[in-house]
Amino acid sequence: MKLEDIKVCVMRVGGTNCDAETARAFQELGVKAEVVHVNEFVERKSLLDYSVLVFPGGFSFGDYVRSGVMFARHLSAKMGREIEIFVDEGRPILGICNGFQILVEFGLLPGFEGMSTYPEATLTTNEPAGFRCEWIYLRQENRGKCAFTSKIPHGKVLRMPIAHGEGRWLFPKEKEQALLERLVDLDMLVFRYCDKEGKAADGKYPQNPNGSFFDIAGICNPEGNIFGLMPHPERAMYWWQQPDWTRQTQLLQYGDGKLIFQSIIDKLTKKC
Amino acid sequence: MNPALYTKRPNSQVLQVNLAEANLEQLLEINSELALGFSVDELRHIQSYFRREKREPTDVELQTISQSWSEHCCHKTFKGKIQLNGKQISSLFKTYIAKATKQINAPWCVSVFEDNAGIVKFDKDYGIAAKVETHNHPSAVEPFGGAATGVGGVIRDILGVWADPIACTDVLGFGPLDYDYSKLPVGVKHPKYLYMGVTAGISAYGNNMGIPTVNGAIYFDDSYTGNVIVYCGCIGLLPLSKYVKNAKIGDLVVLAGGKTGRDGIHGVTFASAELTEKSEEISRPAVQIADPIEEEKVKRAIVEIRDLQLGSAVTDIGGGGLSSAVGETAERFGCGVCVDLGKVPLKYQGLAPWEIYLSESQERMLLTVPPENLERVMAVFEKEDVLATAIGRLTRERRLQLTFEGEVVSDIDMDFLFNPCESMKVATIETPKLAEPEFSEPENLTDTLLQLLCAPNIASKESIVRTYDHEVKGNTALKPLQGDYAGPNDAAVLKPLDDSIKGLAISCGMNPNYGKIDTYWMAASAIDEAVRNNVAVGGRRIALLDNFTWGNPEKPERLGSLVRACEACYDFSVAFKAPFISGKDSLYNESPLGPVTPTLLVTAVGVVPNIQSTTSMDLKAEGNFFYLVGDTFNELGGSEYYKLKGYLGVSVPKVRAGKAKRAFRAVTKAIDLGFVKSCHDLSEGGLAVAAAEMAFAGGLGLEIDLRKVPGRDLVRNDFVLFSESNSRFLIEVAKSDREEFEELMRGKGCALIGRVTGEQRMLVYGLDGKVVVDATLEMLRRSWKSTLSPEETPK
Repeated sequence: MKLEDIKVCVMRVGGTNCDAETARAFQELGVKAEVVHVNEFVERKSLLDYSVLVFPGGFSFGDYVRSGVMFARHLSAKMGREIEIFVDEGRPILGICNGFQILVEFGLLPGFEGMSTYPEATLTTNEPAGFRCEWIYLRQENRGKCAFTSKIPHGKVLRMPIAHGEGRWLFPKEKEQALLERLVDLDMLVFRYCDKEGKAADGKYPQNPNGSFFDIAGICNPEGNIFGLMPHPERAMYWWQQPDWTRQTQLLQYGDGKLIFQSIIDKLTKKC
Repeated sequence: MNPALYTKRPNSQVLQVNLAEANLEQLLEINSELALGFSVDELRHIQSYFRREKREPTDVELQTISQSWSEHCCHKTFKGKIQLNGKQISSLFKTYIAKATKQINAPWCVSVFEDNAGIVKFDKDYGIAAKVETHNHPSAVEPFGGAATGVGGVIRDILGVWADPIACTDVLGFGPLDYDYSKLPVGVKHPKYLYMGVTAGISAYGNNMGIPTVNGAIYFDDSYTGNVIVYCGCIGLLPLSKYVKNAKIGDLVVLAGGKTGRDGIHGVTFASAELTEKSEEISRPAVQIADPIEEEKVKRAIVEIRDLQLGSAVTDIGGGGLSSAVGETAERFGCGVCVDLGKVPLKYQGLAPWEIYLSESQERMLLTVPPENLERVMAVFEKEDVLATAIGRLTRERRLQLTFEGEVVSDIDMDFLFNPCESMKVATIETPKLAEPEFSEPENLTDTLLQLLCAPNIASKESIVRTYDHEVKGNTALKPLQGDYAGPNDAAVLKPLDDSIKGLAISCGMNPNYGKIDTYWMAASAIDEAVRNNVAVGGRRIALLDNFTWGNPEKPERLGSLVRACEACYDFSVAFKAPFISGKDSLYNESPLGPVTPTLLVTAVGVVPNIQSTTSMDLKAEGNFFYLVGDTFNELGGSEYYKLKGYLGVSVPKVRAGKAKRAFRAVTKAIDLGFVKSCHDLSEGGLAVAAAEMAFAGGLGLEIDLRKVPGRDLVRNDFVLFSESNSRFLIEVAKSDREEFEELMRGKGCALIGRVTGEQRMLVYGLDGKVVVDATLEMLRRSWKSTLSPEETPK
């Protein structure tokens, strides 16, 4: 696919609020990205006109129930068929923060056996409880399956901000270890929370900011085309978004978040 | 209710009030039964109006007039006459606040005081809209809902000038969190409960709407126990060519957003009275219910309608509900208006017409739309899943006509409605009998510094700040917290436009403790602090917003202290050439525990031509030189140091504007030239606290020599360390820039007082050359975090 043929859909509904900066991150790298309200699909647009689907952060429908559940149900009722085709064709889907929650509630992640009818995991109330906005460290754990980290070397430590109250990854307690093994075996594990040096947080706060099981911050499906993460790469795109750019003697043009957007673009244009 | 005073119209939900023949006693009875809140003069004025009209008023009409004439809506105190020492002030607002702005006459001011928010130019094509509101009364009764709807309301003010909200601010005041429960009077909620509720309400609204909360403060004072303070601010961005306010006769009145219910009825009457034991019971319905997602959708629609230029005017529906928004819109464009209250979408049936007209249900906006654009406007709202209804139209005849189910329920002359009786209040100036305390210098100043760092007004607020999303929208270039240990930056800097490197600096200043000595110097200090915080990060061309929280202005000494503060607003706005562009007052903040400490919040909005020059407060490199800009005086009256010692004192910090302005200008120049590696303003806790914050935020040590500190009559180490003299900065400069920097700062009260070290330690040499403070960064940091944000291990 040529760069100019890539079309990204950043999908929103009432309560989505990170759409503009997410579209901007793609546009910065030279691809077309549109913010589209789900109502526009219901009425006239076709999802299959797009090459990448993104669910950005926010509080879709207010998230007054479990985060992401209302948008997931709404989508499945209004355009479930289109999304299924999109997934079956192997087109990439990215979920950031609330978007990750939506993908889990929709049954697209982890998706051990393809799309599931019921969520196989959950992103629940942080431990310690409460919304938290801060920069954290992540270690790239994927061995090559994930289309969104193809440019990021295994083991690399990245820095991005989080801003959520419900980001604690949990599997059903009784199947926890078995599912974790599958996650690792199928190369679905992508990001884990760690310290500055890349040492796993090992569940410890604040390196693991939400009590996530196995320090999980982001995972992909077994095929690697669907990826969700709690941190916000679109807020770690430019130099002036970095928390310590005023300390840097040599300003870096981009932050670590760019690697994720660049990875999927390069994957689509077959550069990697 | 006394049935003799009212006549029920047949087959109608409207009460006719028998006003014409009522005597004074009956007038007062009506006044209290309908909760109208009129003065006797006002009641008589209304009576004679309806006698002239030769008919009796309806309850809808009386309620409408009551809303329009309330303190909250028409600012009687700020706009009315005041008698002080035999001379008359015709309007505090015109005499001081607006006069300063007029005198400065800045070409970059686009709209001041006349619309929902002040607007200044930002870039060639873009303007910045700014507004700060108070939501004290509702937050005292229901902290979560009160604070959340405060945020929601101020965001709508920004939408009300067609601007896209890009940042929120919040400044809060609470009583001591360890307040003794047994001393709390009935009806007053515990400070800790208010603290948790208010901060949760703010984060819930701003975060859910996706607007970053980037600047603010939390202040503790005994008087806030009974009178919690909640200031909510919002900054917006708008293309100036699309700032359209040209509604005309025949335009349709469109109500958009949430449905209307009984929540928030009589909110403005409530806000214009003192809090009592019964506030909870009586006023609970006056607090509205928040739904940020509804407002998020309304925001999208308003911005799109603006971009398509389909509306002729817009305003928010806030205090007074439809009654304020509809009436004020018609008044502004010199029209009358006709509205069918039956068309207003309701949450549930059974609301009386006056309730529909007064309800302050949230997330509603009012637009005027030329009839030919109505269909397209409706399509935009529909796409965003927002309910919108045309409920009336602007008319030629200057009357406020309301109908409900075919019946005329109001028909009042607009000129009568918008010309309330002028109020006349009496003010006296009382000088409190205060003295400077006498005590000797403590032997261990390291301990004193550690105690100050954990004083609630100085201690880290990280645990709260992190519950606010300060990075959503991805445009926050300088965040509220800096470095691994979250040092407090002086201001936030945003980069609002994708194709411009220009930044927007947002800061604030507030010094309520100084007001206990003199509200004039309190106001002067708040202005100086807001401006210097802005200057410290690289901001300039600063516009100000004033927000007064005061006690009952009917009490002459309270009003006198308000006059003093307004005098300072004029003097120092003019001196700093920083015009006021918007403001708001909240009066009648009195509770069973007494009046609120007079509190003026000054918010400053400046521009940074190139965000690359933005300066943070954390120390950057070992070996750099450490300068103090600005003279230090023995000004400890109202300081945190005196408070720690149990004193108030009288030597309140003054502002020497001429010298301060020259120093500010030089600091701005030094920042632009890249000489300033870090910069931090000196405020609560003075030199020692500011230096400690810079050190632990940057993870680098400091050596400071107090003998080098510029100032006058400096003979005590504790006074030099903790004086809160205004207009001062600490600045870090690389060795290589020393000469050029010193040349630039010559004559600006700038002195080299120390250097940055690689040791994890802050060392201060006293006036006799001996070490007076010696503390590790960890000790300093732990103490600073211990009060409100218990230490966490670094990442």
